Amino acid sequence: MSIESMNSKYIEIQGVEQTFKTKKGQFPALRDINLTVAKGEFVALIGHSGCGKSTLLNLIAGLTLPTQGSLICASREIAGPGPERAVVFQNHSLLPWLTCFENIYLGVERVFGTRNPGAAAESKAQLKARTDAALALVGLTAAAQKRPGEISGGMKQRVGIARALAMEPKVLLMDEPFGALDALTRAKLQDELLEIVARTESTVVMVTHDVDEAVLLSDKIVMMTNGPAATIGEVLSVDLPRPRNRVALADSPEYLGHRKAVIDFLYTRQAHVEKAA
Amino acid sequence: MVSAVFHSPLDVSAEGSAIKKEAAPAYSAGAGSLKDTKPASQVPAEKAAPGYDWSGLLLKVLPPFFGLALLVGIWAMVSIGTASSIPSPLETWKQAVVIFSDPFYSKGPNDQGVGWNILFSLKRVAVGFGLAAVVGIPVGFLIGRFEFLSRMFNPLISLLRPVSPLAWLPIGLLVFKGANPAAIWTIFICSIWPMIINTAVGVQRVPQDYMNVARVLNLSEWKIVTKILFPSVLPYMLTGVRLAVGTAWLVIVAAEMLTGGVGIGFWVWDEWNNLNVKNIIIAIFVIGIVGLLLEYALIKLATAFTFEEVKS
Repeated sequence: MSIESMNSKYIEIQGVEQTFKTKKGQFPALRDINLTVAKGEFVALIGHSGCGKSTLLNLIAGLTLPTQGSLICASREIAGPGPERAVVFQNHSLLPWLTCFENIYLGVERVFGTRNPGAAAESKAQLKARTDAALALVGLTAAAQKRPGEISGGMKQRVGIARALAMEPKVLLMDEPFGALDALTRAKLQDELLEIVARTESTVVMVTHDVDEAVLLSDKIVMMTNGPAATIGEVLSVDLPRPRNRVALADSPEYLGHRKAVIDFLYTRQAHVEKAA
Repeated sequence: MVSAVFHSPLDVSAEGSAIKKEAAPAYSAGAGSLKDTKPASQVPAEKAAPGYDWSGLLLKVLPPFFGLALLVGIWAMVSIGTASSIPSPLETWKQAVVIFSDPFYSKGPNDQGVGWNILFSLKRVAVGFGLAAVVGIPVGFLIGRFEFLSRMFNPLISLLRPVSPLAWLPIGLLVFKGANPAAIWTIFICSIWPMIINTAVGVQRVPQDYMNVARVLNLSEWKIVTKILFPSVLPYMLTGVRLAVGTAWLVIVAAEMLTGGVGIGFWVWDEWNNLNVKNIIIAIFVIGIVGLLLEYALIKLATAFTFEEVKS
């Protein structure tokens, strides 16, 4: 396989199907998922709640394994979770008994503090420097010694992002990272994320239900049909030039066009039907 | 049945903050008026008084006071009704003053001060309870972590837990051939169940999010235990410890009545044989107060180790 094709198919999902066993029997969550993500690409997964966006993200993370089909990341089968595919969880999932610094250090220590093929174990000072750098990246140097209970929701989410980025993952997986935040904090963090991703050239897969967030951040929007047995309905390429500025984009026709396309998909073709659950 | 009740520390902290809130305005009012009228030393006190939230304080102090008064009142009436075969509160108080003026005398093995009796009982509880913690907490971890062990031990625990710990006393006497180890054995048996069950429940209830973090970070089993399992189980464990201490303190009195020796339970029985009812009533209060202090200390400890949980 050439380097070029490896880079354009950094993550490759082929014929993935996910069925959950429930008390009522088999529940088909996902079927027939085919998707490729290029290195350095920012992909948003969008769809109504219950359409299996998070299920797909968990599959890429390796937290669950597919019933059928294969997932490949950097030419390797995804067989389980690992720090090379870092996850930013929806509810931040920081350990409340550790300080922000310790929360990040835990991951850093695991990735860089042990001897890896091709790299010797780093010293404590180096690990500490990495952790400090990650905190600085999200602008939380001052909160390093605080516990998650003592900082705001937006700050917690930033620590979660810092924890993921500090491990220098090949892929950054984000599960509605800003879903629980207020609109202003969300906008601020989106801008920060744009800047960080540009600087670190990360490959990102992000689950969202916010149309503007998807258009603003991503190179590719993957729109999913409604569950059960959800699949990819449409993939929209967002070729807006970077760096992107939300104020300038607000009335740009291309931006509005993309936005319209997503809204069309979500609310006209996949209008959410409330089921009596 | 699961006995992982964990509300008391929160209640306590809620109460604490309520007190702070009530006290705060009174403070600032007092400070403000102090600054304004410094020269006239009597005025500030009078001025500060209306600002103080007396009703809040009264609500805190008066009901418990009435409760105690009710108890003493009923006691006094019973005392009169039984022609003083139950001693009156006043007589008992006088006797208590005498007893507590010299709590640590020792006149042979059967006549020692109340202080010694309490200490001996506490020592038995501490040893039996400590052994139960050493065995019960690791067992609880294993049962919580491994489904197989959980299924294996659940029937055993369900069978043995409802048995009165005193039923184990003869077995203790038989095996250990001594009153003291048998009493400790009884405490051990009664303390171990809440510790096993609560620890196991705590391990089973570790939020899946934390375990997902552990999996994504690819943490070692040692790190998972020390950084995730142990801290998140700790509040449950401390609840188990609290329940265990409560039960142990209940059981030690009964166990000592049967085994004799030095101890608060034996003291009660001894005073009954002497027909010294005053001392029995004093012992009841002493047992209650010690139990209350143990409980309070453990609630404080639990509060210190309780952290905000992930809300999703």
